[in-house]
Amino acid sequence: MLSISPRFLPGLRTGVLLSSLFAIALLSGCSGGTAAFDDDAATSAQQRWNLPELRFTEDGLPHPDILAERQVLHRGNGSQPQGLDPHLTEGVPDANVQRDLFEGLVSAGPDVVLGPGVAERWEISEDGTRYVFHLRRDAKWSNGEAMTSADWVYSFRRVLDPQTGSKYAMILSPIVNARQVMGGELPPEQIGVTALDDYTLEIRLNAPAPYFLELLTHNSAYPVHRASVERHGDAHARAGNLVSNGAYRLEELVMQSHIRLVRNPHYYDNHRTIIDEVYFYPIEDQAAELKRYRANELDMTYEVPNAQFDWISANLGDELTVSTYFGTYYFGFNTSRAPFDDIRVRQALALTIDRDIITDKLTRFGEVPAYSFTPPGVPGFDYASVQPEWAGWSQQQRNEYARELLAQAGFDEANPLALEIRYNTHQNHKKIALGIAAMWKQALGVRATLINEEFRVFLANRRQRSLTQVVRIGWIGDYLDPTNFLDLYHSQNAQNDVAYEEPRYDALLAQAAVTADPAQRMRVLEEAERTLLGDYPIAPIYTYVSKRVVKPYVRGWQPNASDHHRSRHMYILKH
Amino acid sequence: MLARYLLQRLLAAIPTLFILLTLAFFMIRLAPGGPFDGDKALPPEIQANLDAKYHLDEPLGKQYLRYLGMIVRGDLGPSFQYREYSVTELIAQGFPVSLKLGFSALAVALLFGVAIGSIAAWRQNTRTDYLLMGAAMTGIAIPNFVLAPLLVLGVAITLGWLPAGGWNDGAWRNMILPVTALALPYMAYVARLTRGSMVETLGSDYIRTARAKGLPEWQVLIKHALKPAILPVVSYLGPAAAAIITGSVVIEQIFGLPGMGRYFVQGALNRDYTLVMGVVVFIGVLIVVFNLIVDLLYALIDPRIRY
Repeated sequence: MLSISPRFLPGLRTGVLLSSLFAIALLSGCSGGTAAFDDDAATSAQQRWNLPELRFTEDGLPHPDILAERQVLHRGNGSQPQGLDPHLTEGVPDANVQRDLFEGLVSAGPDVVLGPGVAERWEISEDGTRYVFHLRRDAKWSNGEAMTSADWVYSFRRVLDPQTGSKYAMILSPIVNARQVMGGELPPEQIGVTALDDYTLEIRLNAPAPYFLELLTHNSAYPVHRASVERHGDAHARAGNLVSNGAYRLEELVMQSHIRLVRNPHYYDNHRTIIDEVYFYPIEDQAAELKRYRANELDMTYEVPNAQFDWISANLGDELTVSTYFGTYYFGFNTSRAPFDDIRVRQALALTIDRDIITDKLTRFGEVPAYSFTPPGVPGFDYASVQPEWAGWSQQQRNEYARELLAQAGFDEANPLALEIRYNTHQNHKKIALGIAAMWKQALGVRATLINEEFRVFLANRRQRSLTQVVRIGWIGDYLDPTNFLDLYHSQNAQNDVAYEEPRYDALLAQAAVTADPAQRMRVLEEAERTLLGDYPIAPIYTYVSKRVVKPYVRGWQPNASDHHRSRHMYILKH
Repeated sequence: MLARYLLQRLLAAIPTLFILLTLAFFMIRLAPGGPFDGDKALPPEIQANLDAKYHLDEPLGKQYLRYLGMIVRGDLGPSFQYREYSVTELIAQGFPVSLKLGFSALAVALLFGVAIGSIAAWRQNTRTDYLLMGAAMTGIAIPNFVLAPLLVLGVAITLGWLPAGGWNDGAWRNMILPVTALALPYMAYVARLTRGSMVETLGSDYIRTARAKGLPEWQVLIKHALKPAILPVVSYLGPAAAAIITGSVVIEQIFGLPGMGRYFVQGALNRDYTLVMGVVVFIGVLIVVFNLIVDLLYALIDPRIRY
């Protein structure tokens, strides 16, 4: 899966992308012609830009005749990364750059189907708790030094060591003793990662975790170069110091301006890399980013401004790509406060949110109405079985039922329900909160007050659970597994901002954690999701999308649910 | 005499800066949320380690004293957000960009503003005057977050003459649009200031004398009238220079320039205590210095002022 194989390319802009691991329906047929993955658009772009016919060599690489002379890629990348040490950062822009600089034991193709990374193959024990990785002998650091299993042992110990202060290390909790090491109860040497020999690495897990291989593609599981870390400390990931192991190495980093990566000649698959240089630009202002794209200073943007949907679809329709993102936008009800401790109130509110209006009229980029908390994309998870019965009803039926529920809870015209919707200051959140407030007023006579707060004030209030009533929450998953979402509402989870406490739910999560059979495990998780949805501590609203414009001459990438796009898979056509 | 005056002024600035620093220190910490809060809740042990590493676990008074000690040694501490960098480094990288941008804009604003204002005053109450002052009012009224995108749209995208953004080590092509967008409101203001005082100066007795002597009009204007007429502009320069250099946040965002203006905003939003403090202290010093320079300029231009 590592190489660019021609198989990927014709499917690049077609309607539905089906891959063995992730079956994500891209949003081609959405109302109003949201995204343009249809072949007509691709053809017209091909003609307009005078792009060559695609041809490939025998190894599946694009034929040199169709490639542009300068293979330099300019990518818009959101905000300035906090840094490039893969163990310290948590931002999406940071991870985008790190994905080009580093490679984990496991990697993924342009369609994010997992494949070999630095480990060329691996074995998993029957009970799913012991992984043995066989490392490539030709894997090298960007300074030419060989990589061995000792590098991996060091890196896993470092990320889990509380002294390192990694904000994301908990993602590696399935590893034996990882939690105890993070908690300072055991020394980092005690984690279940062992070098069996120079090129064989063993990782032991507490319990089977079918998503573990995918975790290994996360930046927390990237290797760092021990000698550099020991010599430069916190500054080891700066330009001039950073030694990495991916297809690119860090050439230049100008804060708030750009990051420039160049080809790493020591990368084992370097002969298959086509893009020579990659520029990442931190551009927070989406309108400014779009302008730089239109001025041909960027080949692909990080996002596109929501407010400019009409203009973009009219003028850049065939350059716009939209795909569902593994994340859910939802409202939470603080169940520790009256009247939200009454399930009837919560259910009534959840039912009367007209999700179709929100996605069609407000967000508009092809977001999908959500009736489950776990967003679409998890293989083997039966979404139909977890959705509430009313998902099949008309909005009118839902509203009628909601009115009954609210009346039972003691609210009517004489005694209307008054509540506060709290969200962090942002135009989109405001629009959605206003829309939902109007729906609640119309359907239930609810008097909603909108409160917006600066992000950290909002987070602090949400976490305290004393001030809040209805809160906006968004969650983007790091790996395609329901636990990435469902764990949030375990009674002991620090992020359980809605004070949901249900022993049965906790028990189901605990049961799933020890269920070795993957199919059986999914059944348990479905039951957990049904429990959560049935108790209404939260009301899922829509599934996020990733959306950007990409120049038609940039090929070799695919829209995907993780929104991961490694530069080494891409190439630039003559244009 | 001058040296003593300078020393006095600098000493007088110390209590001001101290109050500024103290207020800023406690205010940013009063804001809810901490530098390591995020969507993801941190395991307590890691939170504790981070707090200990940056001394956030100490009592606030002790942190304050520690910070004062650092300031005295000229150390602004590490950034919490950009953990690989120190605040001093971030300012050292951003300030030259802001300085170059700001001074270019200030020069443009002064040059054109004074010229436009003088012409308007010279042609007082004619169509030229109304036209120029009308344009100046418009310039003051249009905020630069409106002007800058319009410039980008017209010049960079439609005409394709100049880049839409980026710094490119301060290449002149990348400078033109941001400098223009930054300079226009200041230029308009300078033009109005100049016109006002120029009108007054042109009506004074010594100008009448100069004209009566039969001096050519350009000599009357440039040699005799301009010098006293730009005094109000000079006093406006101090705050304007500080504001233009540090306050170009919007322009930096729109054009993607690596200046230090946005560290102020980002630092506050991210609760990056040290970064906010560093920028506050730095800007405070900058304002003190600019005001001092303006006072010295005054003495240079106005013979009635001596230190």
